[in-house]
Amino acid sequence: MSTQDTYNYKVVRQFAIMTVVWGIVGMLVGVIIAAQLVWPDLNFGPWFTYGRLRPLHTNAVIFAFGGCALFSTSYYVVQRTCHTRLFSDGLAQFTFWGWQLIILLAAITLPLGITSGKEYAELEWPIDILITLVWVSYAIVFFGTIAKRRIQHIYVANWFFAAFILTVAILHLVNSAEIPVSLTKSYSAYAGVQDAMIQWWYGHNAVGFFLTAGFLGIMYYFIPKQAERPVYSYRLSVVHFWALIFTYMWAGPHHLHYTALPDWAQSIGMLFSLILLAPSWGGMINGIMTLSGAWHKLRSDPILKFLITSLSFYGMSTFEGPMMSIKTVNALSHYTDWTIGHVHSGALGWVAMVSIGAMYYLIPRLFGRKEMYSVSLINVHFWVSTIGIVLYIAALWIAGVMQGLMWRAVNADGTLTYSFVEAVKASHPYYEVRLLGGFIFFSGMLIMAYNVIRTVAGQRAVDDARIPAVMLAHA
Amino acid sequence: MDIVYLLIPLSVVLVFFIGMAFWWSLRGGQFDDLEGPAHRILMDDDKPDAG
Repeated sequence: MSTQDTYNYKVVRQFAIMTVVWGIVGMLVGVIIAAQLVWPDLNFGPWFTYGRLRPLHTNAVIFAFGGCALFSTSYYVVQRTCHTRLFSDGLAQFTFWGWQLIILLAAITLPLGITSGKEYAELEWPIDILITLVWVSYAIVFFGTIAKRRIQHIYVANWFFAAFILTVAILHLVNSAEIPVSLTKSYSAYAGVQDAMIQWWYGHNAVGFFLTAGFLGIMYYFIPKQAERPVYSYRLSVVHFWALIFTYMWAGPHHLHYTALPDWAQSIGMLFSLILLAPSWGGMINGIMTLSGAWHKLRSDPILKFLITSLSFYGMSTFEGPMMSIKTVNALSHYTDWTIGHVHSGALGWVAMVSIGAMYYLIPRLFGRKEMYSVSLINVHFWVSTIGIVLYIAALWIAGVMQGLMWRAVNADGTLTYSFVEAVKASHPYYEVRLLGGFIFFSGMLIMAYNVIRTVAGQRAVDDARIPAVMLAHA
Repeated sequence: MDIVYLLIPLSVVLVFFIGMAFWWSLRGGQFDDLEGPAHRILMDDDKPDAG
C-alpha cells in the first residue's frame, strides 16, 4: 500500500496534540496576568511583568492554541473532503516544526522585552520572516491539495480555510513591514496615524480571518459531521462565505474612534462593522439550525454542546461587536474592560469552544478509538467552561460600563466627578470575579488534557486511513 | 492619511481577485449542485475500524 492510498494523519495528530498543550500554556498565562491585575505584587520584574506577559498570553492563545487548531482541522478537512492525501508530507512537517519554533521563540523573546510593539504582531523581524516561510508552505500544502482533489466540488469549509490562509498572508506582509536596526529591534515602515490605521486594518482583519473565517471552516465541517446531518442550508453557507469576504476588510477603523484618524475613516469603519452583522448571523443561524429535527442530540452529546454553544457565543459577540462600533456606544465602551469582555466572549466562547469540540471529535479518530476515554468528562468540561466564560464576561461587562460611566461623569461646575484611580478601585471586585472565571475555564482545559492522555495512552496512531478508491459522486 | 493610497488600491486589487475566484467557481460549476455536497461529506465514514 503506497502512501498515496492513505490520508496524512500524522501532521493532523501533531497539531491536534499541540492544540491542547498550547491551550493550557496560553490560558495559564492568562490566569497569571488576571491575577496580576488583582494583586499587583505578582509582577516580578522585569521579565514577568504584566506588560511583557500580556502579549505572551495573546500570542499563545491566538497563534499557538488557535493556530494549531486551524492547522490540524484544515489539514484534516481538506484531505477528507477532497479524497486525496496532502500535497506534500515534507512541507506539512515543515509547517508543524516551523510553527512550534515560532511559538518557542515568542515565549523567549516576549518576556525578554524584545517586541516590535505592534499589538498581535509583537514578534520581531527575524521571527516575522520565519512566519512568512511557514505560511507560504502552509498555502502550498493547502492549495496543492485542493488542486489535486478527486472530488470536483470544493466543500464550503475549504473556502473558509482558503480565505483565511490567503488573507492572513497579506495582512502579515503589509503590517509587519519594518526596518531592522539590529537583530532584535526594528521600526515599523509606517509612522503616526498611518501606522495606527495599518495596525487596526491588520488587527481587525486578523480577528475576521484568523479568528472567524478559519473557525467557520471548522464549524461547517465538524457540526454536520458530529450531528450526522447536512448543514441546514448549503446554499446559505455559500452566500455566507462570499458576503463575509466581500465586506470584511474595512471594519478596522472602529478601533480608532475618537482618535487622530479622520472622521470619515472612523465612520466607514462603523458602517462596515454594522454591515457585518448580516453575514455573521446568517452563518450562525445556518450552523445552529443544522440541528433542526435533531435537537435531542444536544441532551446526550457533549461534543455537540461545545459546538452549538460556540455558535451562540459567536452570535452574541458578532452582535455586540457591531453595537460597540457605533460611535455613541463606543464613546462609553472604548478603553474600558467591556472591550476585554467582548474579546473573551469571542475568544473563549466561540474560538476555544469550537476548537475544543473539534479536538474531541478528531483525537479519537486519529488514535483509532470510537470515542474519547470518558464522554462524561467532556460533559464536565463543557459545564466548567460555560460557567467560567459567563463569570468572566459578566464581570467585565459590569466593570466596563461602570468605568465608562465614572470616566465621563462631570460635576455641575464642569470638573470630573471621579479621578481615574477611583475607577480602578471600583473595578477591583470585578477583576477578582474575572480571575475566578478565567481560572475555572483553565481548569476545564486540565480536564481535557487528562481525558486526552487517557484516550491516547496505549493506542496505536492511525496512519492507514484509506482514501476511498472510487469517487462517491462524479456529477 | 497617505496610507489610504496603499490600503484602498490594495482593497480594490483584492476585490478584483475575489471577483475572479467567484467567476472561476461559478463557471467551473462549483454552484451547480447546492444540495449534494452537504450530504456527501456525511457519506465519508471517518470512524476508525477498531473500537
